[in-house]
Amino acid sequence: MKLLTGNDLKSGAVTWWTGQDWSLHVEDAVDVGEHGEPILAREEALRRVNTPAIIDAVATPDGPRPAHIKHRIRALGPTVRPDLTLKPADPDAGGWVI
Amino acid sequence: MYKYDRFDQEIVDARVDEFRDQTRRRIAGELSEDQFKPLRLKNGLYLQLHAYMLRVAVPYGMMSGRQLRMLGHIARTYSRDYGHFTTRQNMQFHWIKLEQAPDILAELATVEMHAIQTSGESIRNISSDHFAGAAADEIADPRPWAELIRQWTTFHPEFSYFPRKFKIALTASDNDRVAALSHDIALKLVPGPDGEIGFCVHVGGGMGRTPFIAKLVRPYLPPQHLLSYIAAIMRVWNRYGRRDNIHKARIKILVHDLGAEEFTRQVEEEWQLMLPTEPPFPQAELDRIAVQFAPPPFETGLADTIDPAAAADPAFARWLTHNVHAHRQPGYAIVTVSLKPPGGIPGDITADQLELLADLAERYAFDELRSTHAQNVVLPHVRKADLHALWQALDAAGLATANVDLVSDIIVCPGLDYCSLANARSIPVAQKIADRFADYDRQKDLGELKIKISGCINACGHHHVGHIGILGVDRKGTENYQLLLGGSGAEDAALAKITGPGFDEDGVVDAVERTIERYRQLRTEGERFLDTYRRVGFEPFKEAIYG
Ligand code: HEM
Ligand code: SF4
Repeated sequence: MKLLTGNDLKSGAVTWWTGQDWSLHVEDAVDVGEHGEPILAREEALRRVNTPAIIDAVATPDGPRPAHIKHRIRALGPTVRPDLTLKPADPDAGGWVI
Repeated sequence: MYKYDRFDQEIVDARVDEFRDQTRRRIAGELSEDQFKPLRLKNGLYLQLHAYMLRVAVPYGMMSGRQLRMLGHIARTYSRDYGHFTTRQNMQFHWIKLEQAPDILAELATVEMHAIQTSGESIRNISSDHFAGAAADEIADPRPWAELIRQWTTFHPEFSYFPRKFKIALTASDNDRVAALSHDIALKLVPGPDGEIGFCVHVGGGMGRTPFIAKLVRPYLPPQHLLSYIAAIMRVWNRYGRRDNIHKARIKILVHDLGAEEFTRQVEEEWQLMLPTEPPFPQAELDRIAVQFAPPPFETGLADTIDPAAAADPAFARWLTHNVHAHRQPGYAIVTVSLKPPGGIPGDITADQLELLADLAERYAFDELRSTHAQNVVLPHVRKADLHALWQALDAAGLATANVDLVSDIIVCPGLDYCSLANARSIPVAQKIADRFADYDRQKDLGELKIKISGCINACGHHHVGHIGILGVDRKGTENYQLLLGGSGAEDAALAKITGPGFDEDGVVDAVERTIERYRQLRTEGERFLDTYRRVGFEPFKEAIYG
């Protein structure tokens, strides 16, 4: 599957395209198939996202899992600071990244 | 320490206002990211993996308590309670919001700090010896010269649109503590034929995908020609540097392609053309600056010893052995505060720790601090009589790890945990190595051993000049690590050699251990890892690593 992701223009936070809006949580991301480019162009022009990109992901029961480790680290947070990730209380979160 | 004059303050304040307006226009949509990116980079603002990242300049690594306290305030207010010292003596905050960046710069300006020229194709922060002004082995204080270069290179119109970034290092000791020969220009204060102190000039060092050790261009330059000679070097590069290819644009490639001799000839020729119209040397400005680097009011007649009762404490004694260096003033010592605690992230420092170090500097070190290229912090002038009290205060805050220059004092870039250019994580590798060699007696037995780790070929973690270097690469989407041996970033500078096929994360930690075990078998009494490597060569290590 294909996901749209970028950073929020004002805060820099990693965001994922949900079909209507941008979410901080990769679980909310939708498969855009071959239709990502026009959405990216529109959203960037609206300044709702900075440096957006289309990335590969794999559908899993827990939601989309980006194919590349870089995007999994973006989705969660730094692996060396679990306390600063989106799931500080989840001991298995690091395993999802690696 | 240098105090801003009216001009310094005005240009920094004006830059804050300018950037505030640029940021407003970006958020309002008047500027696209393509238009804005070069503007934010000129102010040290990157977009990294999780947020914007701000790199704050620490000119020649020197800070006051007030400045450190401000860095702590920024960490707490605008980032996530910590900052990170880089291998060029600067400080980075990894969790910055664009909309708050102008406010941060405004706050920094109130303590004479900024982020100007910490990124982009500009002359970057001047780095210098973190023991400057204190070291027993320096022939003169390099800081007045470093400050002069800082002023001259700030917003210099001719050098604002370079082919690539440009880094200058300045040192005044035979012991190179700033990795000078890995810089575009390495300046060393040396005595000339008539005894006057001038500069030995090397050009064309660098890391990145094509590493080079800087080449000797001039053994002695009379000091009054410093600025014109640097200008001649930069003019030759500005004219012939490869603007067509980002990977070939650095001056190191020009020096290499032309050869040191031909490059030198061109620089000298350019310089001769400049000499007739060379502006008079700004002696008055240098004098004005130099006064501000006058030695602090050291007490004289202090006992040059450490209280034996205190030194009987083995933990304190260890710290004295590794983290305390000779000062040129009897009764004083230089203290290195290790930011490499077991399990920690090299170079990271919390807001609380920044504030504590500010207090301790004010109390024990004439209000001076230094950041080091090895990502530690130095308190340069501490009375020997105060060492024990200082150590206790540091220890209570987790800042008294006794490991400077040992195997766990690892230089490491942020890598894939933070950096958008990374191929692999570098911090976890450093943590695993430090953990593997956590036992103090084992570290001490190994002696000086410098491990340096980068998460990609850009080499911010100096892997090319590590005694042992590690480079993270992307192998078909998985993290992989190459091992390098035999580099040095000191006065005996050398580039490390890749051992062979790469490893996964645990594999490279094992390979480092096999390398070190082979060293233990081969070394002679008191011989450092690097010297054993140089004596016996690459093969015995390769055999130990790959069997
Ligand atoms: C975009 C416009 C300009 C650029 C890029 C520029 C660039 C430069 C450069 C590179 C230098 C050499 C500085 C050095 O060697 O350290 C210089 C020197 C000088 N410029 Fe300009 N300049 C500009 C505009 C002007 C203007 C408008 C004036 C006068 C009205 C001016 C007057 C001078 C003078 C008097 C010097 C010699 C300063 C000295 O003796 O060091 N410049 N300029
Ligand atoms: S070496 Fe590469 S991964 Fe490390 S900080 Fe530099 S650019 Fe990022």
